[in-house]
Order: sequence, then structure tokens, then C-alpha cells
Amino acid sequence: MTIVDPTAENIVVDPNVVNITINDKPVLARKGELIIAAADRTDDFIPRFCYHPRMSSVGMCRQCLVEVETPRGPMMVVSCMTPVAEGQIVRTATDTVKKAQEGVLELLLANHPLDCPVCDKGGECPLQDQAFSHGPGESRFVEEKRHYEKPIAISEIVYLDRERCILCDRCTRFADEVAGDPLISFTSRGNDTQVLTFPDEPFSSYFSGNTVQICPVGALTAKPYRFKARPWDIEQTESTCTSCSVGCRIVVQSSRDELVRFQGVDIDPVNWGWLCDRGRYNFESVNSTERLIAPLIKSDSGLATTSWSIALESAARIIRTALASGADSVAILGGARGTNEDAFAWASLADQLGITQRDSQLGDGLTPEIFNLEQATIDQTCAASTIILLSPDLKEELPVLYLRVRDAAQKRKSRILEFTPRDSGLTPYAWRSVSFEPGRQAQVVRETLETQEIQEQIRRGEVVVVLGRANLAENESFTLHALGEIFHAIPNAKVLPVLRRGNVRGAVAVGLTPQKNSGDAIDILTKAAAGKIECLILLGSDPLADVADSDLVARAFNRTRSVISIDTFINSSNRNADVVLPAAAFAEKTGTTTNLEGRISNVTQQITPRGTCRPDWMIATELGLSLGIDLGVSSLDELHQKMTSNIPEFSSCANNPIINSDGVLMVSEASATISRASVVLVDRNSYSYRLIVSRTMYDNAQSTTTSPSLVGIITKSAIYVNPLDLARIGVVDGTNIRVGIADKSIVLPVNAHSGVYRGTAWLPYNHTTVDVRPLLDITSDVVDVRIEQLH
Amino acid sequence: MSRLTDKNLVIAKEIIARYPRQKSALIPLLHLAQEQSGYISREAMVHLGELVGVTSAEVYGTATFYEMFRFEPIGKYLVNICGTMSCALMGAHELMHHAEKRLGVKAGGTTQDGMFTLAHAECQAACTEAPCLQVNYRYRLRVSTADLDNLIDDLEAGKLSEEIPAHGVLAKVRQHIAPDRGVGAVSPELVDQAPAWLNGKAAL
Ligand code: SF4
Ligand code: SF4
Ligand code: FES
Ligand code: FES
Repeated sequence: MTIVDPTAENIVVDPNVVNITINDKPVLARKGELIIAAADRTDDFIPRFCYHPRMSSVGMCRQCLVEVETPRGPMMVVSCMTPVAEGQIVRTATDTVKKAQEGVLELLLANHPLDCPVCDKGGECPLQDQAFSHGPGESRFVEEKRHYEKPIAISEIVYLDRERCILCDRCTRFADEVAGDPLISFTSRGNDTQVLTFPDEPFSSYFSGNTVQICPVGALTAKPYRFKARPWDIEQTESTCTSCSVGCRIVVQSSRDELVRFQGVDIDPVNWGWLCDRGRYNFESVNSTERLIAPLIKSDSGLATTSWSIALESAARIIRTALASGADSVAILGGARGTNEDAFAWASLADQLGITQRDSQLGDGLTPEIFNLEQATIDQTCAASTIILLSPDLKEELPVLYLRVRDAAQKRKSRILEFTPRDSGLTPYAWRSVSFEPGRQAQVVRETLETQEIQEQIRRGEVVVVLGRANLAENESFTLHALGEIFHAIPNAKVLPVLRRGNVRGAVAVGLTPQKNSGDAIDILTKAAAGKIECLILLGSDPLADVADSDLVARAFNRTRSVISIDTFINSSNRNADVVLPAAAFAEKTGTTTNLEGRISNVTQQITPRGTCRPDWMIATELGLSLGIDLGVSSLDELHQKMTSNIPEFSSCANNPIINSDGVLMVSEASATISRASVVLVDRNSYSYRLIVSRTMYDNAQSTTTSPSLVGIITKSAIYVNPLDLARIGVVDGTNIRVGIADKSIVLPVNAHSGVYRGTAWLPYNHTTVDVRPLLDITSDVVDVRIEQLH
Repeated sequence: MSRLTDKNLVIAKEIIARYPRQKSALIPLLHLAQEQSGYISREAMVHLGELVGVTSAEVYGTATFYEMFRFEPIGKYLVNICGTMSCALMGAHELMHHAEKRLGVKAGGTTQDGMFTLAHAECQAACTEAPCLQVNYRYRLRVSTADLDNLIDDLEAGKLSEEIPAHGVLAKVRQHIAPDRGVGAVSPELVDQAPAWLNGKAAL
């Protein structure tokens, strides 16, 4: 909508504009807009509890009453349910309105316990604030209030205090409409109405934290924040979540220099105010006492604390020695978890040292070439008539993108055509979901796109392919071949690349990606396993835990002489490193990050780095100095400026050192095309099961295992097969079985799962108890396993 | 206690087929579950959720809205004695005391043998015939203490089983809609169109 100033001359009349007056002032509204939404653009605040601009209106609380002029005189309407109309006259503060507002508040407070002094919401509570601004000040209610058991845990994270609940339907509406997890519901009736889960079935939604954020009272509270701080001693700054590449906008809140809470910020292009629970609560890991707080160096008795100067000197010595045998004997792995500036500083250092072997993906992503295909933003994706999913399960890996795509499908803006090796979180919302056995996707995509029904759908408008890696147990080329088939059929399709690590897109753009014909992470590790790498530099990466082929990476680490790690924790890869440099964590440093659609936005420091931790970029410049290299920057600003002038993709944020809120899109030019290729299908013998290995939201990621509120939710390892296949093997659901390939096998429980197709088996990656990686071999195209009863 | 039996599952599927959206069948299905066990068990709610494609929490939310759905085991006969004004004036309290003594349970309780649940009720809209009670929602009017004794004797002896089926059974003759008269599953886009068998004769 274009808002035009009615007093200006030569007004272009927009047919969607509706003229109304609110408190005698002219207001321009959009056709179909609600009065409350139009009023939100003026200075006249209408009090409300249940209305939420990102959800449908329900008119539950009646706090938003206003008067509208009618032929029979002023009439009271709920402004969150009444759309604007041409010439409408709205008054929000007449005596009648005030009386109504006071009446509603008196009723809402009748049963409210008024335990504000011990309530987490006190100080930032809409009920408190509006009782003060719009309430009667006194209550005539002298009867006993309704009583319930004080907070009950409705999930591992969320507590519900039913006495405080004002039944606004925000949490239940969110769970149903936005998250698609209607696991909480209003139960009973009248005076007994209360929000509850089904008995003994927790509110285990990946998005439960949002209900806590939008509850207008202190009825819903979250374990990580309960009794931790009060709003008036909280300090906060706006930032961007980097736990995955969606890049949700957040406020980072701290109290006494400790992180206490993240809240979602509503920006149109990305997260609409929502966050996933992992992104919202894994800040606990920053506060963890296990954090590295000082440099460590290898000694006879393991890693020992040392000073920065000694640590940097020995790191420099190691690198210098290794470089003496040629630039190819040093490699850098990682860099996708930091800021753009961090990655740029390291890439510059690598440039100067001639190190070309670098990769910020660990063999589980896709070639950076996909960034050179015609790109779509999240908004463009969710406005496309067809969204083709050739991606991992978005609900598990890119949770808030799942919310956006689900919304597009639910509101019938887009139709989802999904290609997937197993049922995903979006399968129930897909217009068509087409399954394939890993390795056969290109063929399946081709055949599907040839059908008339699909072709008609494709012709209806824009097509965006959400592109990522659905299966870690198959060669990445299968996904690219399938993409080739899509482009063959739909040459003007756009791509929304969904790689997983927070800032992978930025890291690739600044050059933490294979250079000049040198190989990717897997090639680097293969070389290392052959003894050709002398020094591995780990930039916030943990290949021993993260690379799918555990055998390869173990051999690589055995043969690599020295390891230098820049990290926030001790992990499996740096436990025996030569030097470990402690890095500043999220919220301890400032910079910019790039999300999956190439949106550059800022991340901001809110707390002092623990111990002597330093941001990665600073470590790079100082290590440079120890190596006799001057990167020519002495501050973050200088570094940022250098980055924006050196890297063409970042030119869009030059002269704009702090990229707030919506951020800016990086410059991308569609220079690549991808074409059809002939694919060799790998046959599966009918006694084996083709493996699908993928990640879920809560796995053994360090930021999850070091967050006390999340660690308990991590799923235990299991393999999932179709119930009919389970019957065929003849084992009971839930019992242990042996899964084997060639001479290797693991033992773990098997579960029947109707979302896994016959002949395949789904093995979630990196769960607790059993390491599944022995089954994975990066050199084979697909992995077929045997499943046998234990004897 | 249990999920729907195989026999009831067949009926449930027939009921579901009548509606354009599966979840619209939830209330009749809750009645079916209540008919099976006299009350609605958790397992039954889980089962109904699976059948119509909603979460157990949604089934629970819907079911608990209605007073006549019960979620704990209940007697074969639910005796609701009205205690509102007209009935109270005409001796409802004495009737209740008598019933409590006769059945050996307080109002709200269920007899050991699982035959009777005694309960207070609000006005049952038979004030002119006070005092009144209902057994499984079947009226008994102008009830004296002697009438009550006789009623309980008859129920115990099974003499009224024709008239008053066990708690949860709505009617002895089940409504049956021929399959071709059911609307059946309709894709969401078409839900506002009239069913085919109406032949365009009437709008929905
Ligand atoms: S718990 Fe909070 S959000 Fe949910 S209905 Fe009650 S007041 Fe509203
Ligand atoms: S979806 Fe990704 S970016 Fe958003 S809150 Fe979750 S982890 Fe953070
Ligand atoms: S905000 Fe309008 S009724 Fe609640
Ligand atoms: S008072 Fe008992 S039926 Fe009305």
C-alpha cells in the first residue's frame, strides 16, 4: 500500500485506500484492515490482550472496544474484529469507551492472583501496564478467587500458571495456527476454562518459547528465565540469531553481564517475531562454566593454560614450519559460525599466507556454485505459486523458515511440491509430496515434472526451489542432478539455498571456501589421512564430531602433525590440539552475519567476553602479526570497510557499518546454470535398506549439550523403518537390532515409523548413546544396510 | 480403558464418511466412545484423534467443553436428582438424602458394584413435575421416596433395561445414513459446494 498524504496535491488515488477518522484525525487505511491495526499507525493506542498482528483475530478479551459512528448513533465494537470502512468515524477514548475498558479490566482482574511481586512478567506485563493506564484502579470483587495448582510444567521448558491466565487464546492460537502443533488447548468451560495439554502429553513443540513471549500475562514462563532477572535490570541490544542460517532477528538481554533471555523481533522479511526453541534457549551455552576462558597449549600433561602471547607465538611457529613444506600442507576448516568480519579476516590471512585449502562446510552441504544460480528471498519464496522442496526437513534444520513456508501453504499463497526421501515436517502441508529412494531423485523429479497436472501447476506463476541436502548418506551430486532436472523443465526457476550453518553464506562469500581448484573439506581430510597435511586450523569447527565419515576423519587426525583450534569449548577435535585459542562467543562480539537468502544484518555484543576470549577476527589479525603479516586493520570498523570494498557481494552494505533490523541483501548475480546430466542409478538388493541420515533440531551440537534446559530434550539414537518392513524383519518395535554394512555394524533400537518409506531406513544424526557414523562412508554414493535381529 | 473396538471402529468410519471434514465427526465419535465404556477413556481420545486427524489435546479440549461427557469410570446408571428451586421446594433434598442412604454413597459417588452414580443436577426443565430426576437422562417425574426405591429395585433387577440403556448409549436404534447420502471427504477447496447427490436441487 502506498500511504498518500491527503493534503498533498496531485494525489494518486489508490483503490485499496480507505479513509477513516480516528479521534477526529484522518487516517488512511487499507481495504480489509482492522480498526486496531489502522490505529496502531497513529498515536492513539487501543488497549488489547488477545489481538496479535501475526495471528487471526478472535475477539476473546474485549479490551479493545471503541466507538464507531453509525446512523443510529455511536456503537461499541471490538476494534480487533471490525474492518475499516470508507468514511468510518472511530473514537477510542470517549467516556463510554473508558467505562467499558475499566469494566473489562475489572473482570479480567477478578480472578487474577495479583502476585506481580513474584511474577516474571512484572514490569513488562501488558496486564499490569493496561490495568494502570486503562483500569478502574479498584475492584468490587470481594469473593474468593479461583485457585489452581501453581505453575505446572507443560513441557521440559514451559511452565503454566493457570491462575494468572486471562484466556486470551494467544498461546493456543499460536500453537495451532503458526506452529501447527496444537498440543495445548482450552479445556472445560465457563469458570473452569483453562489451558492444558492432553494428560501426560507435553507441549513438546519446537516453537514453544514463542507462547511465553506473546503471553500477555505471566501465565507462561520459561525455565531458563524463571526468577533470573527483572525487566528493570535487564540491558538489551538487537542482534541476529546465528544458530542456523535463517538469521532470525532477536533482542539479546542480559543482567549483570550474564545472558538471561533472547526474544524474537518482528521483521517482515525473515522471522515475523518468531524464534525456534533452540535458537531462543541455547544462549545458556554462552554462560556455561565449561567455556574456554584462556589459551591452552599442549604440554606433557595434556592441555595447559598459557598466555595469549605464548599461544600465538607457538601457533605462528607451527604454521611457519608447516608452510615451509609448501602452502598445501596447511588447511583451514570451519568459519561458518562466526561473523562475516571474522571469516573475512581469516580469509585475508589465508590469502596472504597462500593457503588455498579452506572450507567452511564439512562435506555435508552443497557446492557454493548454487549461490550463483538465480536467487530468491524468503519473501519471494513464500509468494511463489509453486515452492519445490528439494531440501532437508525444514522443521528440523531451519525451523523458522518452516514456519514461513507452512504459512504460505496454509494461507494458500503457494503450493508445495515436495521431493523427499521420508515424510518431513512440511509433508502434511504439501500440495503434492513425492517420495524417492536416495539416489533416484533425478529420475523421480524428471518423471513427476512430466505429468500434466504438475506442468499446469508450474505454469501458474513463479517457481522457487528450496535447495539443500536432505541426506548425509548419499553423494551430494544426486541433489544437483535432481536440480538439473528441475531447471531443464523450469528454466526460470529461482533457488533459495538452505545450507545449515549460521553464516555459511557469508563465509563462502568472503572466501572461506575451496580456492583455485583446491579441494573441499572431504578432499582436505582425505589428503590429511594420506599424511599430506601438516597443520589443520579449526575455526570453530569440530570435524571429529561433525563429519559424517568418522573413519576418514579419525585417520586424518591421526596423520596430521599439528592442530590449531579457535573455539569456545573443548571438543573432540581440539582435545589433543597443539594450541587452542579461546574465541568470543555469540553476544560477546559485534559484526555482521549473512543468512541463507544473503541478507546481511548485524550481530551485537551485549556482554563482556568470558575470561580472555577474543573475537575470531582479532585472533586472525594478531596471529598475522606473529607471522609478520599485517592485515592492515586495527578496528572492527576498518575491517568491515575493507570487507565491503574488497568483496563485491558486500558492496550493498558499504557505508553502512551497522545493519539494523531488516538488514540489506548481498549483491548476487546469476552467473551459473545447471544442466541435466545422466545419472547412474545404484540398485539396492531387496534385503537391504537404503539409509537416510539427517539432522534433527536437538542433537549433540555443543551449543545444545551445554545448555542445561535443552540437554534433556536431545533424542536417543534409534533407527526408524516402515512398520511393514519391521514386520518383515520380525522384530518388535522398540527393541535393539543390529544395523550393518560390510564388516561394520552398530546396535541400537529400531522404531516403526510410517513416514519412512519401504526399503529405506532413517537414522537421525548425532543423537545420544550410539554413534551412527561408522556406517557412513563418504566415498560411496549411497549406503545400503542390513538390519538383523540380535541373537 | 480402551480404544474403540473393531465393531465400533466400523461404525466410526461410517460416521466419519458423512462429513466433508473428518474432524467434524468428533462429537458423534465421542458419544460412540462413551457408549462403549460408559465414559471416555484417554486411550479412546487418542484413538479418535488418530481417526479424524487432530491431536489428543484438541480432542480433549473439545470433549471437556461438554458436561455430559465423562472422563472417569461411572456407574451403569447415572441418577441425576434435580436440586434447583422448584424441586427443592417439593422435597428434592429429602429425596437426595433418601437416595444416599439407599445406595450407600454420597452425591457424586458411585456404588461399589458399579451400578449407580448419584449426582446433584441443576434444573432439568421439568419444574412443573417437581421433584424430578433423570436416570441416564430419562425422566422420572414427581418422584416420592417410595418411587425412588421402586426405581432402584427395578433397575437392579434389570426390568428397565429396555427403556433405560447403560450410561453412554444415546439411543437403541442407531442413526444410519446410507453411504451414498454421506457427503464424504471433500478437498478443502471444494468444501463449500453442495454434495453430488443433491443434484443441484438445493444449496448447502
Ligand atoms: S496462558 Fe497466556 S497466552 Fe495462553 S491463554 Fe492464558 S493468558 Fe493467553
Ligand atoms: S530458526 Fe535458526 S535463526 Fe531462527 S531462532 Fe532458530 S536457530 Fe535461530
Ligand atoms: S484485543 Fe480485541 S478482543 Fe482482545
Ligand atoms: S427445578 Fe428441578 S426441573 Fe426445574
